[in-house]
Amino acid sequence: MAKKVFGRPESLKETYFHYCPGCGHSIAHRLVAEVIDELGIRGTTIGVPPAGCAVLAYNYFDIDMLEAQHGRGPATATGIKRALPDRIVFSYQGDGDLAAIGMAESFHAANRGENITVIFINNAVYGMTGGQMAPTTMLDQRTTTSPAGRNKILDGYPVKVSEIFSQLQGTTYVERVTVNSPASVNKTKKALKKAFQCQIDGLGFSLVEILSPCPTNWKMTSVASCKWIDEVMSKEFPLGVFKDNIAAVKKPAEAAS
Amino acid sequence: MNKVLMSGNNIIAEAAIRAGCRFYAGYPITPQNELTEYMAEHMRNVEGGVFVQSESEIAAIHMIIGASATGARVMTSSSSPGISLKQEGISSMAACELPGVIVNIMRGGPGLGNIRPAQGDYFQATRGGGHGDYRTIVYGPATCQELADLTMNAFDLADLYRTPVMILADGMMGQMMEPVVFKKPKPRQYSEKFMLRGAGQGKSKFFRGLILDAIDMEEHNWKLERKYQVIIKKETLHEEYKTEDAELVIVAYGTAARIAKGAIKRLRENGMKVGLFRPITLWPFPELKLRALSKKVKNYLVFELSTGQMLDDVRLALQGYAAIDFHGRPGGVVPTPAELANVIARHYETID
Amino acid sequence: MMLKTIFSGFGGQGVLMMGYSLAHGAMSHGYHVTYLPAYGAEVRGGTANCTVAVADEEITSPVSSEPDNLVVMNSPSLTTFQNKVTHGGIIFLNSSIIDARPSRQDIKVYAVPCGDMAQEVGNIRVANIIMMGAFIKKTGVVPADIYLKSLETIMGSKKKSAAEVNRKAFAAGYDFVKD
Repeated sequence: MAKKVFGRPESLKETYFHYCPGCGHSIAHRLVAEVIDELGIRGTTIGVPPAGCAVLAYNYFDIDMLEAQHGRGPATATGIKRALPDRIVFSYQGDGDLAAIGMAESFHAANRGENITVIFINNAVYGMTGGQMAPTTMLDQRTTTSPAGRNKILDGYPVKVSEIFSQLQGTTYVERVTVNSPASVNKTKKALKKAFQCQIDGLGFSLVEILSPCPTNWKMTSVASCKWIDEVMSKEFPLGVFKDNIAAVKKPAEAAS
Repeated sequence: MNKVLMSGNNIIAEAAIRAGCRFYAGYPITPQNELTEYMAEHMRNVEGGVFVQSESEIAAIHMIIGASATGARVMTSSSSPGISLKQEGISSMAACELPGVIVNIMRGGPGLGNIRPAQGDYFQATRGGGHGDYRTIVYGPATCQELADLTMNAFDLADLYRTPVMILADGMMGQMMEPVVFKKPKPRQYSEKFMLRGAGQGKSKFFRGLILDAIDMEEHNWKLERKYQVIIKKETLHEEYKTEDAELVIVAYGTAARIAKGAIKRLRENGMKVGLFRPITLWPFPELKLRALSKKVKNYLVFELSTGQMLDDVRLALQGYAAIDFHGRPGGVVPTPAELANVIARHYETID
Repeated sequence: MMLKTIFSGFGGQGVLMMGYSLAHGAMSHGYHVTYLPAYGAEVRGGTANCTVAVADEEITSPVSSEPDNLVVMNSPSLTTFQNKVTHGGIIFLNSSIIDARPSRQDIKVYAVPCGDMAQEVGNIRVANIIMMGAFIKKTGVVPADIYLKSLETIMGSKKKSAAEVNRKAFAAGYDFVKD
């Protein structure tokens, strides 16, 4: 009998993604589902999808989910987690959601050190509404609301979420990854697993920023999009671990127990 | 029967905790700070009690949404400008059919206004307040005892109809003290199927207000509307005071109704046949009761601490069956009963 | 019976405590009461006042059109409120720091040097309780023993010696105003 080496994660429903070809959301969804399966937390996890392309995430994840209004995911997640501290709670957010309209909610949930996980999809553009400028849009990048390219004088600069959040005393684990190659996908999965494990261990706020291709709004092919992440985007948003306090937080926690 | 002397803000908080509220999030704003402080002090002594001082009123309403979805009894409170910020979340609660209690200790407006008692948020409260086709049950208590009783009722109705319920009071109600007896709360009845607690071994669920298909969204709107019609039929409350022989009836709610009652007492001593009609639920407005009264009484004076908002509901209720006049003191002015009595007396002289 | 009193003075003089203790005493005695403090930005500058209504029937408005009694602990309060007092009403004033006297002839005035008397009792902070002694004796809103019991309830966990000082202060005010 043939051994099954690849299958659909239990935490994903049997349906097709509505995401565009080459979009990073599909990969990120699958990785989150795989990690939930592997950690054995499908039955205790509650997810909070954002407003944006991933607004329909509850159609894909086969776990309990509560819709949040645009940007309010971390506040909603705070409510869930504080009411049910033994559940695993994550908020899935885009760049407009986290770094523009919901900056206050995200920043303060992080600063309070809420024991939740934030999955941050950074694709440098507003996807669902049709390619407008995001807080993470590159300088000179053309979007439908920066037709001449993002102008630093008028539009300010790309917001570096991982850099900013790693400075907050309340955060435990912050890493920026991408999903533009098999190797980077594997790395992203490791980061997600670490972030969820951090929460399971009660060690505090974790954030994984995923640089994610958006071929449709970048007006590129899928392959070119993956290349653009390497050549342009990751220059502005360098990959890597920005904060890993897991060991430091774990020690006193273990000493206490 | 244990009578205690407490301020309105503290009474609401204590009644909420007694009613089983276990999650409160709020942001400081005058004149409701004592409520937030009381929750901070007392929630930590209650098993499973959670208090969060949020970074904004917006965050507070979304925190209680999260907790409500898990099945907790939840509350947030604020005053006028902060309630404007909460509207996004209130609309969302109505859409997702999540129970919760929102307290508005009104102050003068629009804009930052001032911190004096006012009733300028009637439209916002009774017309839904946020975007979309929905209503919020609104209580307009007028005594500290009612603050206690109606706060407890608010939790029960929120659960029963899975909808946000608002307590609409004002700075004076929040700050004043009166003796109060806390009634025994009813045991909670709320089905697990309306709670998100992780799928366990079973089927996963999700709660959402996003319904992209227009026909499905229309059906959701009609479903909510049918619920609102039941609420209108079953939950309307009002009080009548000396209306039996009245020639003129004052229509007022909350603090304004108290002042009106004081004025009516004075006028009655001078032989003027004046009564009071006081809506206790502002939505649903006691429309049919007021219309029924118009068979007997043909003259009405609406008194509000605003430029005339409930006035619209009185007009809709009376539909031209009776004469309606209005007296308003917006901006945080609270007239004395003597001042109001003079206004009513002048009006009384002009009716046939 | 319906009796409304305004208490007013500087923040820190225990003005709200005077009103609250009266309201509590009247509640314990079985009366209807309301207590309405001034709040927010207006009291941040250092003035404080509150209105207490006591009645044997439902109290409609906690706001007072014409208070029956006025208790003033500083001069600005006298200026602000003296003309609101009803015809035949009573003003109690802290004569230790208020030099002026009401010009109205249709009201009774009791000048109580409660600041100085408090020094004598040994604690300036009980000036308000001394004034309450005079107030309770002259208005008879609630019996003295009921009031004192309420005062102790309110003070709650505080030291026994504090209760003793309060009793002494109350008695000093009570005895100061003649029968």
